[in-house]
Amino acid sequence: MTEAKPGFSLTSLAGRTHAFPTGGPSLVVFVKEDCETCNTAAPVVEAFQRAYGQGLQVLMPAQSGEANAVFAARHGLTFPVLDDAGCKTSFDWDIEIVPSVFWLNADGSVRQHFEGFVRAEWQALSADMAADLDLPQAQVDWDSLPAWRPGCGSRHLYPEIFDRLRAAASGELLRARRIDIAEADDVIEFMFDQGFSDGLPLVPPTPERVLKMLGGTHRAPQDLIAIVPPNMGEATTEKVAINAVMAGCKPEYMPVLIAALEAVCTDAFNIHGVTATTMGAAPVIVVNGPIRDRIGMNKGLGALGSGNRANATIGRALRLIVGNVGGGKPGGVERSTLGNPMKYTMCFAENEERSPWPPLHVERGFNKEDSVVTVFAMTGGPVHIVDQESREPSQVAGSIGLGLESVFLPKLRNLPIDALLVVCPEHIDTLMSQGPYTKAQLRARIQEVTSRPLSEMVANEVSGAGMSKATAEKLGPDKLKARAPKFAGDAYIHIVVAGSDAGKFSSAFHGWATGEIGSQSVSRKIDLG
Amino acid sequence: MTTILDPTDERKPVARQITARTGTLSGTIGLLDIRKPRGNVLLDELERQLKAAAPGVAVKRFAKPTFTKPCPDDMRRDIAAEVDYLVEALAD
Repeated sequence: MTEAKPGFSLTSLAGRTHAFPTGGPSLVVFVKEDCETCNTAAPVVEAFQRAYGQGLQVLMPAQSGEANAVFAARHGLTFPVLDDAGCKTSFDWDIEIVPSVFWLNADGSVRQHFEGFVRAEWQALSADMAADLDLPQAQVDWDSLPAWRPGCGSRHLYPEIFDRLRAAASGELLRARRIDIAEADDVIEFMFDQGFSDGLPLVPPTPERVLKMLGGTHRAPQDLIAIVPPNMGEATTEKVAINAVMAGCKPEYMPVLIAALEAVCTDAFNIHGVTATTMGAAPVIVVNGPIRDRIGMNKGLGALGSGNRANATIGRALRLIVGNVGGGKPGGVERSTLGNPMKYTMCFAENEERSPWPPLHVERGFNKEDSVVTVFAMTGGPVHIVDQESREPSQVAGSIGLGLESVFLPKLRNLPIDALLVVCPEHIDTLMSQGPYTKAQLRARIQEVTSRPLSEMVANEVSGAGMSKATAEKLGPDKLKARAPKFAGDAYIHIVVAGSDAGKFSSAFHGWATGEIGSQSVSRKIDLG
Repeated sequence: MTTILDPTDERKPVARQITARTGTLSGTIGLLDIRKPRGNVLLDELERQLKAAAPGVAVKRFAKPTFTKPCPDDMRRDIAAEVDYLVEALAD
């Protein structure tokens, strides 16, 4: 015995209400007026009504609104044709194709079910019903009917109808507070007024859109993805999806966004500090692995700029979650003196195909086939490093090193601070022009060309920053001759490849306080379910 | 009507918030008569009590041309520029 089909109460063309289950056996056939196959089947159902109507109730939920009457008149139907207004019953019965035929027991369980028009199936049903009801078989000229005709898609599956029905039936899935916005209120303005925005207009997170967004991940809507500082708000999959809708994401971006959120909400990354610092840090998201192409991320021309939906909206959604779920809003816990445009969004893919080196995620211990998000806390950038003249690998590497001198302040050395270097393809070509040139060589060259005597770090009349005069005196002139590189270690220099084939312009992001008191870069494998 | 889902951690109500109260009364208070009958009587009495309760406060009176139509833009701008608070007398 199958499970009983959901009950319904629908109105016939005559204005009478018909409820299911009917109290006895029934034949329920779903149709829509403009479906050829439904028009083929309708006279057969009418013949069934005449033959078996005394033994079972024939009902026909129809999906075509006012055209239901046209359909009934066209075929002279004498049984109730019911208005499945809004296709809710079709949705509840989970049909896919019309005509959809159900022979049901008195308790609403299914005895037989098929879709479309396979003549042999309809003939067999007729014979079975005749035998069961002990009535003569229906008079149907079977030979005049096609042997097989596929049905049409049920109308409730049209996207605009299905999304609405699914949202209405989603009480269990969606638990976020529903906000009804009056007709007279502009939704976009309302969202600005509520402080949901980063300063740019938002896509309204309607239940329909949020459900669609949730389809992009296997994570259940109420799964806790992360606790988001500073308010320690709970970011469930649903809350992530709501903010993803507002940012303009597509559902397939969800796994990347979830991994990025998990990464920034670790103790190591310290999104609280990144949000709060007056220095104005922001997460920079680098995506590696097959998902880059699957969701259409930009790793080439203009990869660090505008124009690509995935790059733009994944970064934006992450920032919206920190603001809305975590409560990190400018002027509140977010206190940056100047801020920077990365606080809107900064997300790009590594151009692994144009890189001679192991990609970032492989360098960090993942497999090449893994899709991985890596987050860095950066305060500045991308800052251009322009060198159109160098033809020797060591020269380009030297220029890149000199380009990194401005991290924090050129005179500061030995910085325990991250930098994220984005090498462009033309610079890669020059680096590789005389054989392999490894990342380790590039890091060493950066440290080499930026090394200066400690004496240049001492506070003076040009700049009071750097080593204090007292410390310098304590060290003495000999020790001040020792040379110090820009970074306290090679490991602070992170290297990826991105950009188009034309142009000798690499770029760098400058870090924030790195380490346990600040932020450490975090990689997270993207869970594709 | 559009329904959206709350993107926040839901610790604050989403209804439109009233302006933060300062706890003190100072500056200029506007009294707007929307021109419903006896609105002026209500506002006259309110003005008298305000002046008694807060002698340092200035009161400015405004009146809409008619209660049946929205406040003209010019008057709205004048009110916004000239007063710190506004009391609007609505009823008959």
